[in-house]
Amino acid sequence: MIISVASGKGGTGKTTVAVNLALSLDEKVQFLDCDVEEPNAHIFLTPEIKKKHSVNILIPKIDESRCTYCGKCSEICAYHAIAVLPKSVMIFEQLCHGCGGCSLLCPEKAIEEVCKEIGIIQIGKSKKIEFINGKLNVGEAMSPPLIRAVKKNITDEKVVIIDAPPGTSCPVIESIKGSNYCILVTEPTPFGLNDLVLAVEVIRKLKIPFGVVINRSDIGDEEVEKYCHKENIPVLMEIPFDRKIAEAYSRGIPVIEAILEYKKKFQELYKNISGD
Amino acid sequence: MKQLVVISGKGGTGKTVITAAFASLAQNKVMADCDVDAADLHILLEPKILEKHQFTGGKTAVINNEKCNQCGNCIKVCRFDAISLNPQSTIHNPQSVSIDSISCEGCGVCFHICPKMAIKMEDNLSGEWFISETKYGPFVHAKLGIAEENSGKLVTAVRQNAKLIAEKENRDLIIIDGPPGIGCPVISSITGADYVLIVTEPTLSGIHDMVRVIELAQHFRVRICVVINKYDLNIEMTKKIENYCKISKISVMEKIIYDSVVTESVVNKKTIIEYSNGKVARQIKNVWEAIQNELN
Ligand code: SF4
Ligand code: SF4
Repeated sequence: MIISVASGKGGTGKTTVAVNLALSLDEKVQFLDCDVEEPNAHIFLTPEIKKKHSVNILIPKIDESRCTYCGKCSEICAYHAIAVLPKSVMIFEQLCHGCGGCSLLCPEKAIEEVCKEIGIIQIGKSKKIEFINGKLNVGEAMSPPLIRAVKKNITDEKVVIIDAPPGTSCPVIESIKGSNYCILVTEPTPFGLNDLVLAVEVIRKLKIPFGVVINRSDIGDEEVEKYCHKENIPVLMEIPFDRKIAEAYSRGIPVIEAILEYKKKFQELYKNISGD
Repeated sequence: MKQLVVISGKGGTGKTVITAAFASLAQNKVMADCDVDAADLHILLEPKILEKHQFTGGKTAVINNEKCNQCGNCIKVCRFDAISLNPQSTIHNPQSVSIDSISCEGCGVCFHICPKMAIKMEDNLSGEWFISETKYGPFVHAKLGIAEENSGKLVTAVRQNAKLIAEKENRDLIIIDGPPGIGCPVISSITGADYVLIVTEPTLSGIHDMVRVIELAQHFRVRICVVINKYDLNIEMTKKIENYCKISKISVMEKIIYDSVVTESVVNKKTIIEYSNGKVARQIKNVWEAIQNELN
């Protein structure tokens, strides 16, 4: 069972839900933090990191002794990552997606590929939970390859919980693709609703079953609930605003440790979505 | 003309609320929402759309199975695992190759390599951007298409058009609501800006993300300052942020209190300045004055 936790926008409590769900289960759990731009789950899970390795993409390197400056590589590069000048070739590493097209199609075989680190993966353990996260290098723009590398670690025999990045674009899709269920975390404000509607469109496109958790359920208005009702989206759980939760969060303490009854609530949520 | 960008590293810190407040305080300016992935500023500014533009960024490979002879070359070269052989093959229904448009990154390598020219690269409609009128002046915003790549190109289009309007109408400031994170869209939002305001909150993850976004802004050599929102939710963390900023020589402009009036104002779709004249509103006014001094 792969469960991803997403939210149209940041700050709705996505990581809180993912972490507390992971901590509440009696099953063997694997936790993947795919929010590689801003990985935060480790703050709450405090894993002991046992392994670290870097993740690379392949970028082109020109062998100027063979290059005839024909310009073929820059012509085929869809991301404008190569510019060929009369007597030199410039490569803009930040724009390169590592597709390999330039080296494959260079008529002079003048391009080799070299590794460039885009981030690291850390693997560790937090009590019973197997923990994996990716950390994108600052100034690096390409997160999907790093997310793919994090997800390569998925093992079938565990319950896999994925903390997805916020938003509705590429990195989110990359993270939730292949999940059996997606939990969308939102809050009951016009901002929350706006972003929820966008996130729902994405998940429907991916055809993944999903439900909603409404965080700080008592702070805003009724519109989110009305929307879920109208769209036949199950509201899996409501978490009222509680200063105790906010304070625990700010210190990096999981909710289920601050307010014990939440453990049972998260277990029920899991039962509810896993169908047993 | 100056460009001010409000970013937060982490979402949900109150960035949009503060940007919207600036909209009601600033005079001669253009507003821009560069959080194209989860644009929210329009909710508070209630724009009247004057112009709507399609945005095509990138392409997607589409296969014509009538031309394809299943040689498998494209499958071999695709680094994004977007191409596969359909598993159901019978004599009557020979195998066909399919391209998953969601995984396709539009690099076009399959298109170039295909001996049968069975692959076409089609333009993606990756979003729309708008020029609107609001009671606070011109506003440029966008909507990223569902599941489209937020590569920063749409962000760039929004910024460029905000700039054009500012130049044309002689407006001396562009206020930009930036995206969260440290990736492509943020990089596109802050490169070449004059000043970045980082809104953070006193939580461990808030600090963590603030540090990363400060590194990013320094990497691009933009001037920065910090505002701590909801500072009284955790005084101890607030002190940590202040210490970090002190050591890094970054000014903390204001510590804004937590007040549910902020959520109320959002629910009522008003900027906090319009909605209340309580402490939060006054504090944001102070921030605005301080920024004006910095910009001049
Ligand atoms: S395609 Fe090959 S030969 Fe032509 S400019 Fe590029 S590297 Fe040089
Ligand atoms: S590997 Fe692909 S993206 Fe990178 S420079 Fe070559 S053609 Fe462009």
